[in-house]
Amino acid sequence: MTKADFLITRRKALKLGGLSVGLLAAPAFVRQGFSAEAPIKMGSLLDATGPLGLEGRRMIKATEYAVSQLNEKGGLLGRKIELKAFDTQSDIKLYTQYAQQLAMRDKVDVIQGGITSSSREAIRPIFDRTKTLYFYNTQYEGGVCDHNVFCTGTTPAQTVNHLVDYATKNWGKKTYIVAADYNYGHITADWMKKFVTANGGTVAGVDFLPLDVTNFSSTISRIQQAAPEFVLSALVGANHLGFYRQWDATGMKAKIPVGSTVFGLGDELQAMDVSTTDGIVTCYGFYPDLDTPAAKGFVSGLQKFIGEDAKDISELATATYDGVMLWAKAVEKAGSVEAAKVISALESGISIDAPGGKVTMDPKTHATIRPTYLAEPKNRKWEILATFADQYPADTGGRCDLVANPNTKTQFTPQF
Amino acid sequence: MEISGLIAFNIVTGIATLVLITIGLAVIYGMMRIINLAHGEFMMLGAYTAATAVEHGVNIWIALLILPPIVVALIGLVLERCVIRFLYGRMIDTMLATWGISLGLVGLITSIFGNVIHSVPTPVGGFNIGGYGASGYSLVLVAASVIALGGLYLLMRRTDFGLILRATMQNPRMAASLGIHPPTVFMSTFALGAGLAGFAGGLLSPISGVSPSMGAAYVARAFITVLGGGPAVIMGTGLASGLFGLINEIVSFLSTPVLGEVALLVAAIVLIRNLPNGITGRFFRSSL
Repeated sequence: MTKADFLITRRKALKLGGLSVGLLAAPAFVRQGFSAEAPIKMGSLLDATGPLGLEGRRMIKATEYAVSQLNEKGGLLGRKIELKAFDTQSDIKLYTQYAQQLAMRDKVDVIQGGITSSSREAIRPIFDRTKTLYFYNTQYEGGVCDHNVFCTGTTPAQTVNHLVDYATKNWGKKTYIVAADYNYGHITADWMKKFVTANGGTVAGVDFLPLDVTNFSSTISRIQQAAPEFVLSALVGANHLGFYRQWDATGMKAKIPVGSTVFGLGDELQAMDVSTTDGIVTCYGFYPDLDTPAAKGFVSGLQKFIGEDAKDISELATATYDGVMLWAKAVEKAGSVEAAKVISALESGISIDAPGGKVTMDPKTHATIRPTYLAEPKNRKWEILATFADQYPADTGGRCDLVANPNTKTQFTPQF
Repeated sequence: MEISGLIAFNIVTGIATLVLITIGLAVIYGMMRIINLAHGEFMMLGAYTAATAVEHGVNIWIALLILPPIVVALIGLVLERCVIRFLYGRMIDTMLATWGISLGLVGLITSIFGNVIHSVPTPVGGFNIGGYGASGYSLVLVAASVIALGGLYLLMRRTDFGLILRATMQNPRMAASLGIHPPTVFMSTFALGAGLAGFAGGLLSPISGVSPSMGAAYVARAFITVLGGGPAVIMGTGLASGLFGLINEIVSFLSTPVLGEVALLVAAIVLIRNLPNGITGRFFRSSL
């Protein structure tokens, strides 16, 4: 090849120029055929990689799935929805950085995302300042009370109390609590203690474990010495799954039953041994094995959208989907994407038929009233033990009233 | 009484775990002076070897005990040829290079297997100490740590390879003048250390779970134990593991695992302050 072949001749340049003008113009024609207006911008902040990627990947797909469903129906208010998603890589620094980009540079109309409570607390003030509407869609410890923020995940009053009820009725009165050593674990452990004592039970001990602990032998010995009738776990993350393995390996699983507030939200049922997972009782707002048309439709629809036979579809995915759909309904009701108008629409008590059942936005707490379910794993499937209709987020509702005090911007922690 | 039996068992298990996660690093850092920050990732590769082998129906004992050290030793061999051999005698540079290798391995494994946790079944059940349950697999860990320490001792003391290895580590030029080819010795020593790390990773996979970032949980403890142990690889590893494992387990049981970890670090600081060259820098100096 000679050097001349690399040079752009005038004729080539003209051809290239014509081609690129055509390409650039094409989307404009397409868009005009659909709508004259610019798309609605939705920001998404979720962890696709890093330690939380396991939870984040399904939430990301659920967000994309919800947006694609809305766009297939022609978008909202005649405008397409454009998703601006960032991978926050399980890093709080990136959360704040991308949150500022989305709110200030991209000026998105709504933000959906955040997985851990610490990430939510890092970005919530940013959106309060810029008055960007924010949806937090993870099962969490409850208490967020913020005019600008809507939380769709379940909270302890909707789930932990049922778990404790079941345990004190079927297993005994004496419990031992093991929990992750950060705000989620501490607050959830407080709720566990409250519910256990309310049911006439006692707490033999509480252990908080940092997220990097991998050896649980001393904890398991202490539990054995305390000899509780059941164990409640709010352990979080990949390292803590070792607790369930070691619990099984020491033969304790056959002796003392375990209830958990986090177990099974990731791919535990597929990745871990059946002997380890079976029988760990949980309570969430959604299970992929729910026998309702809405749940089955969501699971098969999302599986088709992802393009694989994914089994690990939990409340994390459906609450994310609910967050997008509640927002969409509010936008249609408000006839605008302006934050103030959408917030009043969300506060009008709107509800949607979600995969897990009817979900209503509570005006006072900006949390959802939704059904929850009690279930335990049996041979890599969830066996539903009980259904609780229309659960009110009483933990947050105890102290939060955004109708009376719309300027609240805080997270209440339980006081007993 | 029974509970003290259980605690004693836990202490022995804790010491055995420390020995396993440290021994490979003791060979690579203690003997070769390579600051191997990829040690945790070598363990992770061993764990992935075990998990993949089990998933493909390989006998569980072969998958846990035999395959991981072989596979990781081979990977170590390749890395030594490609990267490490240019860095002998440049300690700080080895730190940078192995840090890069560690990040690269995490990325590579994440892109192959995905960021999910694989699980390896525990091959043995539990047993009872009095009224308390204990994990039978802990006995396997204890036996494996004894085999690792004993095997390494025999290798160093009783074989020609061990003699050549020790000579080369002490004075490569002198060894070379006696007709030994030091690069080959360095290469095989690095592979040996990597293989031991793989051995630990495979063994620990059933209790810790297998994920790309699992190595990070071990590497700090391994370094502290090697530094605490001092120049004698086998004796140092054994003594430092014994001391730190004992302190960690007792404090963990009496208070919380957090304080157990703190106690381990405090013990390490006190030890290094008083014995800058580790336990075997002062005592048992002529040991291996």
